[in-house]
This record gives sequence, structure tokens and C-alpha cells, in this order.
Amino acid sequence: MTSSDDFKAPRWLAGTGGWLDDRFGGARGIRQLLKKVFPDHWSFMLGEIALYSFVILLLTGTFLSFFFVPSAAEIVYHGSYTKLDGIRMSQAYASTLNISFDVRAGLLMRQIHHWSADLFMASIIVHLLRNFFTGAFRKPREVTWLIGVVIFMLGLLEGLFGYSLPDDQLSGAGIRILEGVLLGIPIVGTYAAFFLFGGQYPGTAIIPRMYIIHVLLIPGILLALITAHLIFVFYQKHTAMPAINQTDRIETGQPFYPYFLAKTTAWFFFVFAACAILATFAQINPVWQYGPYTPIAISSASQPDFYMGFLEGALRMMPAWEWNFLGHTISFSVLIPFAVPAGIIFGGLLFWPFFEQWATGDRSYHHVNDRPRNAPIRTATGIAGVVFYGVLWAEGANDVIADKLQIPLYTVTWIARVLIFVGPLVAFIVTRRICLGLQRKDKELLEHGLETGIIRQLPDGEFVEIHRPMNEEERAILEAKKVPALMPAPGSEDEHGVPAPKSRGAVGWARGVANRAFAETVVVEADGHGNGHGNGHAPGEEYAELGPGELSESSVPHPDPLLWHPHEEPPEES
Amino acid sequence: MSDMEEVEGPEGPAAPHRVIGTPPPTPRLLGSGQGTEDGGAADGHGAEVEPAEERLPEVSDYPSHASNAEKIVAWCFLIAFIAGCGFIAAYVGLEVGSVDATLRSNLALGFSLSVVMLGLGLGALIWVRQLMPDAELTEIRHAPRSPEKERQAFAEYFAEGTGASQFVKRPLVRRTLLLATLPLAAIPIVVLRDLGPLPYTSLRHTVWAPGRRLLVYGTNQPITSAEFSAPGGMITIVPDGFTDDQDALAKAAVLLIKFRPGELQVPTRYDGSTLIGTMNWTVDNIVAYSKICTHVGCPVALYEQTTHHILCPCHQSTFDAATGATVIFGPAPRPLPQLPLTVDAQGYLVSKSDFTQPVGPSFWERG
Repeated sequence: MTSSDDFKAPRWLAGTGGWLDDRFGGARGIRQLLKKVFPDHWSFMLGEIALYSFVILLLTGTFLSFFFVPSAAEIVYHGSYTKLDGIRMSQAYASTLNISFDVRAGLLMRQIHHWSADLFMASIIVHLLRNFFTGAFRKPREVTWLIGVVIFMLGLLEGLFGYSLPDDQLSGAGIRILEGVLLGIPIVGTYAAFFLFGGQYPGTAIIPRMYIIHVLLIPGILLALITAHLIFVFYQKHTAMPAINQTDRIETGQPFYPYFLAKTTAWFFFVFAACAILATFAQINPVWQYGPYTPIAISSASQPDFYMGFLEGALRMMPAWEWNFLGHTISFSVLIPFAVPAGIIFGGLLFWPFFEQWATGDRSYHHVNDRPRNAPIRTATGIAGVVFYGVLWAEGANDVIADKLQIPLYTVTWIARVLIFVGPLVAFIVTRRICLGLQRKDKELLEHGLETGIIRQLPDGEFVEIHRPMNEEERAILEAKKVPALMPAPGSEDEHGVPAPKSRGAVGWARGVANRAFAETVVVEADGHGNGHGNGHAPGEEYAELGPGELSESSVPHPDPLLWHPHEEPPEES
Repeated sequence: MSDMEEVEGPEGPAAPHRVIGTPPPTPRLLGSGQGTEDGGAADGHGAEVEPAEERLPEVSDYPSHASNAEKIVAWCFLIAFIAGCGFIAAYVGLEVGSVDATLRSNLALGFSLSVVMLGLGLGALIWVRQLMPDAELTEIRHAPRSPEKERQAFAEYFAEGTGASQFVKRPLVRRTLLLATLPLAAIPIVVLRDLGPLPYTSLRHTVWAPGRRLLVYGTNQPITSAEFSAPGGMITIVPDGFTDDQDALAKAAVLLIKFRPGELQVPTRYDGSTLIGTMNWTVDNIVAYSKICTHVGCPVALYEQTTHHILCPCHQSTFDAATGATVIFGPAPRPLPQLPLTVDAQGYLVSKSDFTQPVGPSFWERG
């Protein structure tokens, strides 16, 4: 029963394993873990980038915390950075200068920390988009998705507090904006600001409070959430991209040990290398150039880190709306940018899996991902969301855009104010049409095969192009399309004249409309050329599961003389 | 397993075999397909039969490309080793303590660390791609849902347990328990009360008071209207006595702007039917506005002389300094409050009073 003819576990290893199994058992369970199959696709590495950036953040953050002094107490600086000699500054800022200039590897650690934080957020965003567009959030993985969105939101806050800790001029402006936004919250805002800052802005409480939130509270929650996220991925197994040997019943891939383990370890080193290379050659957040924070000064082109950009853009885009009534002030020019874009983006992300389930009526398990084209409404909504986010994000740098592109500043803002409404709408319409167009292309391929570029002359003189039918692998990908079932039309009645229960009322009507939108698809004809496999499913039919046995039928030679069969020699050109 | 038991020999007798009547060892880690090999047919997945255990492919012999790959992997790891030693050497050998020295150190440390990581990553990647035999295994995806029997058994036991606890039957216990937890839940919120003082009216006032001198930010010197004679100029002002008080400056920072005669238009309003000048608080065409933006509190630091526009660099709220700092673009809802100016006995500019309205961002109680 050796696992390999080459290798026999050394005594110490086998002995340790036996010792542990005597006490904890688990040889069988762990063997199954080691043999656990991981389907392969390049996009599955995106989440790993986020995971490994987080590990790098913990490592470098621990190092930084040994030297950083989270105190707003003022001192006069006499350190190595002579340009600020004799300047009054907070201990937080002074200790950041010390980390940069007086601690060996301190600057490197700071820069790796900052770069990996940006990489963490960027990879989360791309990972999230991948999961959205492929429908990986569907049953049974909704909770994993929700946890991921919460990780994303906490990451924003963690990053904001992190880059604000050095108490430099740039990040101080960010904290000032945070205070202004808190003040804008109706009823409790003033109290929230006073309690967070320990009194009036800026005070001395905010730095130690941000510090403990940044190094303990949020990382602790993130660690717990990431662990849960990973356990769920393990337990429910990874989704697979459509392929011949991936179905909702079986998954194919390389086992965890040694293949995935080696690959993912390599990937960790690559992620670390990327952060280290950036930290070596690309300066980030040179706080010594910004100077210590004072509420009286600011520099132009003040931008937050990229992940806060969409909120910044929302603030910049908003016109001046404010209500005064009964001795109270509601500042919509702060409240709307603070609440609405984040509400739409995060609320939309959190609710989408359940909305889609409601609209499609689909309660089944999904382990094989969708190709984005095969879910036009989802893909179009996602692209609309990306455009919405992108417009906000670009507007967050409106001054830089105006400066670099020589467009008047107010024009940039006005363009953004229009695009925030028009852009997502256009993106939705265009994306939906592109998806349906790509489905038509797939239909073409399935029904008529691939254009080979080989022209044949028929006996009557006509020239035709030879089409090659899709082979099994290609067919499996194209046929992985699943279309939601069509519900009874709104207001429709059964044979007794009773309206369908789910179609009643405004909600029922809305559900019917959403359902018909989701069920729209390009139907592949059952008697299509070269398609020996009947798949002319009308919307509403679940596709039959494709097993390997069924697929092999499709390579039966087809009588159509215009088709080139893969097992034949290619026809000679005549 | 037999191997494992054999090598355990020296440590003592092999692991005791299961005693009849004890439950079989159950896997404790989250694994795939637990419990299905034994009872797969009985637990609702009857249709699925666990496939025969798949084996990894044998490593037959070493083709020539594998021996090449082996060398490349070894080189990668060797380079990583050298770079790692280089990192330690750079750490020991390169001092920091000035900008140039820090940059040198950062370059050496960062470069060597990058090479360590790249060497390890590349080595591991080539190893798994070129040296390990290509293996693909297939696993059955089991529905997470428990079999109906199990769910029913769970529901039954949960009902039994709840019945035994009498939680439902004894409302007095239940309700007093819930009552007891209410203040407990409130305590974590209540104890946060001392995080900060209550606002009261503190946001309505700044440290400006009648007769307080305007000091030029940076030099901290008082200024006369004659000294600030260049029209079109703008300087930042701090209140005398609070030049280093960040809390005071966060509200009391002021912009001082000098206009050419006739440029400055004093805002007016109708008091009944007579037009009166409001905020007629300027001295010698010098006007003082709060530097704290009425949007979210950034310092409005950019001033364009030709148009008299004050621009907030954070969100581009634009104020017209010539007309009482009225908002002409952007999200700021109100003009910048104006600080009433006058001169004292020595001719220095002083404040006539505090701002007549709260400075900075809107807040609920502002009105």
C-alpha cells in the first residue's frame, strides 16, 4: 500500500503521523483533503492574490507596529530627515519618518505594506467581478459571496485607517473629510464625530483609536471572515469552468497534494515578489514630502488611495443640495455621496444572488460556472455596475483629468454628472446585445460547425465552404449553457381561470418581467447541421446533464456531405 | 496503514485496533464525500457510486527534458539562496540615516528580496509543471444537503431538546431571561458614552473674539492694512494666542484677501423694504473668510486673482470672494463665513467679533 514505488516515508515522519493519528485520528479525512481536486482556470488565482496580499500585510504590518508610535502628542523633530528638522509634528508622523529613514528595511516594509494593501483591494475587486460574471455566487455559494463582499467593505475601512495613521498632510485631509461626512449624518452625526474624535476635530484621540481598529479589530474580523471564506470554498468544492469533464456532478482537476500545494506556494512567492519589486522601484506614499498634518494647509491634487476613489468622486460630483427645516440641517451634498453610491454598489452586490434566484425561480445547485454571454441580464447589469463605479472613480480624480487632458474642470464634473446616469444604461443595453450576439455565434458553431476556410466545388459548379463540426471538447463548452425556466406570464391563468399564484400583484408582475428578461436566450435548433446531439431546448427546459457517455455520441459521423469529419482526412481542395 | 503501524514499532505497540462496539473513527476535518464510502447508497445519494480510488500516475523514468528542468529548478533555488544571503549582507552592511543611504539600502534590500521570491516562485512553478507527472483526478460533487432522514432526525431531536428545556412551556422563565438580556445588550453601547464630550454648541464658536489680532500664518506676526497693500493677494491668518493649537486652528483658520477699490461687492439684503449692506465688515478692501470649506471641512487654499475665485482642492467647491464668498460651483452648500474685521489702536488688523455663523461643514443641529 505504498503511495508510490519511489518513496517510502522516513521513520520520523511516519512515526509522527502515527503518533498524531493515535491521538486525533483523521488519517482518512486528511488523506481525502490531500487528494482534494482543484479545477484549474487562470481566473481562480485572483482570490489567491487577495489571500497572499493579506498574509504579506500581516507580516509587514507586524514589523511596522514594532516601531510605529500611535500618538498625536506633539514633539519637535530632530531625526535623519533634515528637511523637517525642528518642525513640530505628532509622534505618529515622527515615528513614520524614523521607520523610513532610521530603521533598516523600514522603508521597504512600509512600501511593501502599502503596495500589498493596494494589491489586496485590487485583487478583491477583480476576484469579485470574476465570481459575479461567471455566476459562481449561485447556490450553494451565496454565503461565501456575502462574506467576500463584507471583506471588501472592511478592506476599504482598513485601508483608509491604515494610510491615515502616519498623520501626514495628505492623509489628514482624508480624515478631515471623514469628519465632515460624519457631521452630515442626520440626528446622530454630530455625536458620532465627537465620539470618534474624542471631542472637536482633530483632537488627540483619533490616532490611537484608528491604530487599534487598524491593527486589531478589523484584521481580526478579516482573519475570521477569510478563514470562513476558505473553509466554505474547501467544503463546498470549487466551481469549475465549463469543460468536457466538468459537470454539476463531477469535477476534474489536480489533487491538492502535491500539485495544487506546489502551484499555490509558487503563486504566493510571485505575489510577494510583485509587492517587493514595486516597493523597490516604485515609491508609494512618501509622507516625508507631504509634511506633518495641520488642519490649516492642503496641497492640490489630493487623492486618496484608489479604492476610496469612487466615494471621493461621488463627493465631487454632487451639486450643492441642503435642506434647512425646523432648526435642523440635512446636507444632501454630503449624505447622498456618502450613502447612495456605496448603497447601490454594496447593496447590489449583497442582494444580487437572491434577486437572481427570485427572478429565475432557480433553486438548484450550480457547480459549473456560466460563460458571461450565457447570462445576458447578469452580465449587462454587472457591466452597468462597472461603468457606474468607473465614472465615480474617474470623477474622484477630476482635477488631475482636467489638468492632464486640458479640459475645463467644471466640464469634467458635468460630463461625470451626465455619465453617471447615461453610462450604466448604455452599458446595459450594449452588453446585453453583445451577449446575445455571442450566443448567436455559438449557435452558428453548434449548428453548422466551424468555418474551415476550405472551399470545395460541388458537381453543379457551386463553391461552398467546408464547415468542421465542433469536437467533443468544444461542444461541451458551448453546450454548457443553462437557461432559467420561464414562469407563467403575468396575469396568465390556468385551465380553471385561476391566476398563477406567483404572478399576482405588482411584485408578481415585476417578477414576471424579470423572469422573462433572464430567460431570454438564443435557441439552438434541434435539427441543426452537424449537431447529432439534440439540444434544441426551448427556454424553460432544463438541459439534461451531459455525461461523458452522451457526449461521445456526438462524434458519430454525420451524413451531410458538406461536413468534414474530424476522423477523416481533410478533403483535398478541388 | 500497514506501513505506518510497522514503523511505529519502537514507540510501542501498534495503534490498538478498534474495540468492537465502539464507534468507528470519524474524520474530523472538513473533507469531501465523508461517510459516503460506507453508507453512500443509504444516505440519499443512492444513484451515485463512489468511483474506484484513482491513483496518481507513476513516475516512470526521467526523460531528458525533465533532467533539464531539474537543473533549471535547482538554479532558481540557488539564485534565491544567493539573493537571500545578499539581503542579509545588505542589511548588515548598508547603514541608513539619510535620504541617500536609505534609498541605497532600500534598493539593495528590495532587489535581493524580490530575487529571493522570484527564484522560489519560478523554481516551484517549473518543478510542478515539468517534473511532476501530469495528473488529473475526478471527484464526485455531493450535494451539501443532508439526506431527508437526517434532517428529520435533527428536527425531532431539536424539538425533543427544546421540549426538555421547557423553554416554550414556561413563559415566565423565557420572558425574564429575555428581559435580563436587554440591558446586557445595551451595556456595550452605553459604556461608549465617554468616548467623547457632547457637542453642545461648541461647533458654533471659534476662538475669534473682539480685538483678537490676526497673525500671518508662518511668521506669526500681526499685520496692518497698509502692510497688506498688494491688491489681489491672499494670505492665511491664524488667531493670536492659538498659533500652535491644532484644535483651534481647525475651525479658526482664515483667508485674508485684498481687493482693488471697487472690486469688492458687499452683499446686500432687504430689511423690510430698505436695502442694507450685510457683512459690512471689511477694512480697506480687505476681507476675511473662513478657510474651512462649508462642504466637508478641507482648507480652501487655492485663490485665482483674476477671477477672485477661491477653490477647494478636495472637491472643487468654488467661491466668489468678491461677492461674499458665494458658491458658484461644487458641492459646498453655503458661502464661506466672513470674519468681521477692524483695526486696533496700533493699527493692526483684529477681529471685531467671532464668526456670526458656524464655520465648516453642515451638521444636524446647525439650523
